[in-house]
Amino acid sequence: MIRFDEVSKLYAGTARPALNAVTLEILKGEFVFLVGASGSGKSSFLRLVLKEENPSKGRIHVLGNDLSRLSHRKVPFFRRNLGVVFQDFRLLPQKDVFANVAFSLEVIGKSKGFIQEAVPDVLKMVGLAGKASRLPHELSGGEQQRVAIARAIVNRPAILLADEPTGNLDPLTSAGIMTLLERISLSGTTVIMATHDAGIVDQMQRRVIELVSGQVVRDERQGGYQTQAVPTLGETVDGTVSNPVTKGAAQ
Amino acid sequence: MRFGLIMSEVAGGLRRNISMVVSVVLVTFISLTFVGAAILLQAQIGQMKGYWYDRAQVAVYFCTSASEIGNCNLTEATDEQKDAVEDQLASPALASLINDYEFESHEQAYDRYVEQFSDSEFSDFVSPEFLNEAFWVNLNDPTQSDALVESLSGLAGVEEVQDQRRYLDPIFAALNAASYTAIGIASLMLVAAVLLIATTIRLSAFSRRRELGIMRLVGASNRFIQTPFILEGVISALIGSVLAALAVIAIVRFFVIDYLGSTLQTTTAYIGITEALLVAPVLLVIGALLAAASAGVAINRYLKV
Repeated sequence: MIRFDEVSKLYAGTARPALNAVTLEILKGEFVFLVGASGSGKSSFLRLVLKEENPSKGRIHVLGNDLSRLSHRKVPFFRRNLGVVFQDFRLLPQKDVFANVAFSLEVIGKSKGFIQEAVPDVLKMVGLAGKASRLPHELSGGEQQRVAIARAIVNRPAILLADEPTGNLDPLTSAGIMTLLERISLSGTTVIMATHDAGIVDQMQRRVIELVSGQVVRDERQGGYQTQAVPTLGETVDGTVSNPVTKGAAQ
Repeated sequence: MRFGLIMSEVAGGLRRNISMVVSVVLVTFISLTFVGAAILLQAQIGQMKGYWYDRAQVAVYFCTSASEIGNCNLTEATDEQKDAVEDQLASPALASLINDYEFESHEQAYDRYVEQFSDSEFSDFVSPEFLNEAFWVNLNDPTQSDALVESLSGLAGVEEVQDQRRYLDPIFAALNAASYTAIGIASLMLVAAVLLIATTIRLSAFSRRRELGIMRLVGASNRFIQTPFILEGVISALIGSVLAALAVIAIVRFFVIDYLGSTLQTTTAYIGITEALLVAPVLLVIGALLAAASAGVAINRYLKV
């Protein structure tokens, strides 16, 4: 689904790489937390998956595409398979809920009939059934994030990337958003969520990848926010086993 | 569906940026009017050259008893001398260049003089013998007058061999300079128009950067994102081009045909509506292409992945 091979990312004008020789694999349907301090490379990781940036070194495969070989013109079509959610929602303030979700389908050329069917469905799924004609500023933060999630998944992407989706929300609202993301994951979508929220990570007990200064220092199944086991990175050095999770999955 | 969406984006963009759009329209209007004027001026020069060169003759003036210049020595050219010149005109070397020629006697020259300067007081003092006898030669190719001048000027009894085309050259030089000036102004204005279109499109993209960001995120194709902006530039430039085309047609219709045509009608041939109608599509194409190119370059910055 997603594979990083010795990927490094060095932004122009900086000496320290944002990502340093990251190798990992994420499988179909997995729910993955990406944790680490600010500046540890979480956002760079997500941007690389989206091909908003190109790696300085290494190879990235997403959904069977070698991203370095993906031509400029094919990138938009590649992105139709990925949904993205941000901390700041990024809704269009002058469009109502329905139009915000419909916009993402209109601009990729979906038919009016398809939009009329898909949008109410997805709004119902995220729990906004009665609020299709509200404007974003008339909604609470949690509801706005639900609109953003609806927009991200309305085209049924194979992968959902979430960059601190609960960063602006209170714990209770966050829990609601997590329930929603979990449901999306159960329907077969791979979810990758970058977060600082220790409570959520500890509670969900999913795969956790921890980044420190651009390096993967921990990759645990059913991990918590803090390190509980000794990292098993030593195994990746010889290149035979990429990480403990895939090893576990292979067994 | 998509077409409707694109057009509504274009309409929204034009409305949001109305003052910039108006300035784009005005600048393209003025610059393309200059371009059109320059093209028409060149066409007019072509017309006049055709008209005048057809009528321009080479005159071989013979000596009169009052003339001292050339090969004259205050003696009238003799019949033998005139025959010698006529023999030259009929010689194989020159005959191939010459369409026809005719002889003008003192009396004919006088009649023509009186006709042309009838309202001048000098006509009373002029008598036929002061006016040169001459051969008026029509050449097949008016540019080859040098051969005639060379071979005839040295002959006895010839006062001067004169190519009338020489009188026209300063006029054409002036018109040419005017048309180059117009082209110079036009190209400066076109540079301004291109930069203005690029700025307008950049502003328009900036005011829609949220939408652009989301479009890129959800995978709208580059062409889909670009098209409304390029159309926005092309439409504003096309409005300016249409105005310029109308202005050019109006200039020809009211200034050239009505005004010049009625005041100077007999002196020369003028360009007509046909030429103006040929220039109009050229202006539209120039306007549309420049706008599409500069808008495309301007919006490309927002599409970098």
